Amino acid sequence: MKVEQISIFIENKSGRLAEITQILGEAGINIRALSLADTSDFGILRLIVDNVEKAKTVLKERGFTVNKTEVVAVEVPDSPGGLSTILQTLDAGQINVEYMYAFVERCGGNAVIIFRFDETDKAISVLKAKNFSILKGERLYEI
Amino acid sequence: MYFNEEFETLPRPALEAVQLKRLQATLERVYANVPFYKQTFDKAGVGPCNVNTLDDLQKLPFTTKQDMRNSYPYGLFAAPMEEIVRIHASSGTTGKPTVVGYTARDIDMWAELMARSFVSAGAHKGDIIHNAYGYGLFTGGLGAHYGAERLGASVIPMSGGNTKKQIMIMQDFGSTVLTCTPSYSLFMAEAALEDGFDFRKLKLRVGIFGAEPWSEAMRGEIEEKLNLAAIDIYGLSEIMGPGVAIECIQAKQGLHIWEDHFIPEIIDPVTGQRLAEGERGELVITTITKQGIPLIRYRTRDITSITYEPCICGRTHARITRMSGRSDDMLIIRGVNVFPSQIESILVGIEGVEPHYLLIVERQDNLDTLEVQVEVDERLFSDEIKVLQSLSRHIEKEIKDMLGVTCRVKLVEPRTIQRSEGKAQRVVDNRKL
Repeated sequence: MKVEQISIFIENKSGRLAEITQILGEAGINIRALSLADTSDFGILRLIVDNVEKAKTVLKERGFTVNKTEVVAVEVPDSPGGLSTILQTLDAGQINVEYMYAFVERCGGNAVIIFRFDETDKAISVLKAKNFSILKGERLYEI
Repeated sequence: MYFNEEFETLPRPALEAVQLKRLQATLERVYANVPFYKQTFDKAGVGPCNVNTLDDLQKLPFTTKQDMRNSYPYGLFAAPMEEIVRIHASSGTTGKPTVVGYTARDIDMWAELMARSFVSAGAHKGDIIHNAYGYGLFTGGLGAHYGAERLGASVIPMSGGNTKKQIMIMQDFGSTVLTCTPSYSLFMAEAALEDGFDFRKLKLRVGIFGAEPWSEAMRGEIEEKLNLAAIDIYGLSEIMGPGVAIECIQAKQGLHIWEDHFIPEIIDPVTGQRLAEGERGELVITTITKQGIPLIRYRTRDITSITYEPCICGRTHARITRMSGRSDDMLIIRGVNVFPSQIESILVGIEGVEPHYLLIVERQDNLDTLEVQVEVDERLFSDEIKVLQSLSRHIEKEIKDMLGVTCRVKLVEPRTIQRSEGKAQRVVDNRKL
């Protein structure tokens, strides 16, 4: 039920993002979804990729600090109010969202929201109880 | 265990008697042979005959690095060139290097003091000493080398650099003692780990680290990553080279300075007044056996304190505390004295923080700013911004609480701060004063 996400520490220097995407591209790794959080000094790039271990290895070899975290991917109909119903459910279940980002599936027409929770297992059971569709990692890596 | 038990454990009254006799002989020698000393002594109105007790040393003027530069290259030599068998020089980062000459007896004395130092660190005959101090004009390599041979150990003259080869040799040759700078030891351990090799598997038992200031916290880090006893050694080329003072492995509490050859004093770097036992100030050394280039009250610029308390190892020689910086490295930031080594101890005390840091000092609108760059490795890194920001704030607060200076912590990517194979560059001072 959980999806593996890698995060990479990047200093605010020009060319760093280009370098990371180039390293991944050369290693034949496909990026499924991404989000970049930034401060004035540094940024954290979070990626869902099709080969987590390989991505981690090639980036570490090139001197990047890489972490792996577990996130939850929830599928919602790509229509007004879709995200709102999920957030209301989480709120009712007293689940905190640390951060989230979204992308739209290529064929299904659904939106996929990636959530980072502080209590991942509890979040999953709350969402499942309300019959939200939680994507398995394998499914997401193949999209 | 001692190398020269008689002299290393000489009761203090006897030791002081030896010091006075040797001091007087040295003063006679420099007054007669070195025009610089004749001039400065005459100007101060003192001569060798005015020094009748060890306390009288205070009447004599200081010698500085600038005096050595002014006498470049051979002006302070007290022996004719026919008797000088070796010449070393210190790195000339600012201007000309300082040049030192050794007679055969000086080299012999240095080898003995370095052999004493090895024994004090816990090394013995039969050890395989991997000497990664640079060989050349720098005194580190040859100084440690001669001492190791005098001890009767097997010395591998590696010199610095070529890290991969260093690791291979240590592994294949079964080195038991490592001599290099503390920062280079960590650099090698990191490099080994990158190649999937754990330094702790080596046979190394003792590491003798010097040539740059380091902290107690860094000792913990080195002992953990290299699995050896890390011993602090002190020396400077002007005085002799490595082996002027060293910790004993029994106490690891201060460095015994070989007082039958050197007289240490601690002074206030601003007023030049001698400070009491235990007070922190600049170390001043007078050499009392050297022939080639004896130095009288040489200002080392190193900051330390001294104690004459008896040590559990049985040596009677005074101990200086770990160098906490150099009086010329000291940063004054908004009126607060800051030594880079103090910041280092704070950083290493924080879980997961590596002792690789860079201090950048700027002056903006007449106000000094201090930026502390800290590398983020996997233990510190989080996918959440707030975790990293609270880490920065935590370090800023620790520095503020301990040193009273406000700084800004900047997290940087790992291995972006330069690792040095010699003396680490820790400070970039961009203030135009």
